Amino acid sequence: MLSKERKMNESYILSLLEKGKRIDGRSLSQYRKPISIEYNISKNAEGSARVTIGETEVIVGVKLDIGEPYPDSPDEGTIIVTAELLPLSSPDFESGPPGRNATELARIVDRGIRESKAIDLKKLCITPGEKIWMVFIDIYTMNDAGNLIDASALAAIAALSQVKLPKVEDDKIVYGELTAKKLPLVKMPITCTMGKIAGNIVADLSTKEEKTMSARLSIAFDGDTIHALQKGGSSGLTVDDIEKMIDMAAKNSKELRKVLK
Amino acid sequence: MKYAKRFDNRKLDEMRPMSAKVGVIKRADGSAMFQIGDTIAIAAVYGPRQLYPKFLQNPEKGILRCNYDMISFSVPERKKPGPNRRSTEIGLVTEQSLNPVVQLELFPNTVVDVFIHIIQANAGTRCAGICAASMALAHAGVPMKDLVAAISVGKVGDKIVIDLNKEEEDFEGGATDIPVAMTPRNNEITLLQLDGEVSKEELLEALSLAKKGCEKIYKIQQQALKDAFKGEKNE
Repeated sequence: MLSKERKMNESYILSLLEKGKRIDGRSLSQYRKPISIEYNISKNAEGSARVTIGETEVIVGVKLDIGEPYPDSPDEGTIIVTAELLPLSSPDFESGPPGRNATELARIVDRGIRESKAIDLKKLCITPGEKIWMVFIDIYTMNDAGNLIDASALAAIAALSQVKLPKVEDDKIVYGELTAKKLPLVKMPITCTMGKIAGNIVADLSTKEEKTMSARLSIAFDGDTIHALQKGGSSGLTVDDIEKMIDMAAKNSKELRKVLK
Repeated sequence: MKYAKRFDNRKLDEMRPMSAKVGVIKRADGSAMFQIGDTIAIAAVYGPRQLYPKFLQNPEKGILRCNYDMISFSVPERKKPGPNRRSTEIGLVTEQSLNPVVQLELFPNTVVDVFIHIIQANAGTRCAGICAASMALAHAGVPMKDLVAAISVGKVGDKIVIDLNKEEEDFEGGATDIPVAMTPRNNEITLLQLDGEVSKEELLEALSLAKKGCEKIYKIQQQALKDAFKGEKNE
């Protein structure tokens, strides 16, 4: 039953793509509109944001805590990204501990931030070898209408841009009281995901398109520099595909960047 | 201990400002947001849909399955993501508070899934969750005998009050929290819990406060549903 519906869906998407069109009327390289960011949506997070890309909606909150550094980086703070694909946000998600897709999502967002050195981790050191700031970036999907990766990465960086360090007394955080001090956010990486459907390179896939795609590539940019890649999907990509994807993603990353304040 | 004046200057029978909205999650069959003070709950309904594994199916009626969860940054100190004993219990009592109104006998062998997430917490989250869930069920078109409204009442120091906020729950002089859910049309209580200490008279006084509160919430819920379906007639 479901497979029949999916096949019809697929053949419709493919027949349109042959003419260079998509089911929602976009061009192949276009993101859905509107793309919006709402800042500080949570009173209890040190920074937070809600991002929508079309009907896809993701919220991200950042919480800070004081902890011990890793032995191999005694003078650096840490970042921890988690993602939950809430069953509230899609009929395809189930309750339970984060599965493979949620873990992958969190790790793609993590790598974009980590590898672009978006946060100056050395500035998050309080006492070398003893005390550092731990930055928890928690992603929650609200409505999955496709391309959760780009929405999550954008929401994460938007939330980080709002973070104010909490007040500390006797090495303990006074929750609910923020100082004026901001997080040392030195770069704003943007992640764009391109899909491949029957030989076509397509930007910002909707749910129906994601079910039809054979492969995808997520690219984290700082300007034109690539900081992280993740190839997904069950088929392969040619070098030619990858080049096209990078070009299309780079252009779109500039559009997404404009939405950030 | 004496509790002379409420921390936020409300009257003893005054609830925090409320707002409600239906249709906040597009992919769900039904959804709603309910806010009371700084507490924000959202709920989404999926179903009635096929229930697996099959041995859970009931050929006489569908089952209601409620999940309650607080997101990690809903509270001042980060909560570890995922379920815990508290959220598991609240999922259960939420289910039981909604079950009496949902006409599941019309949908044998199916499940109606209700997912409740607390986006921001400042006391009264399970009640806000129930308010949102009951609106989401109605929005999904699940046949119901009535909506369910819920509010927490209780005793702070020596006073019986409605809609305790976090500061009141943590009152050093002692606070008793009594979450109550009601089906406003026939005044049946479908959720009742209590932590603390009260006399029978105090409990009855609190329950009558809860009844008044639920009536106010009921109006807000109905209005939000009407707003969501406004204009559909003309389409």
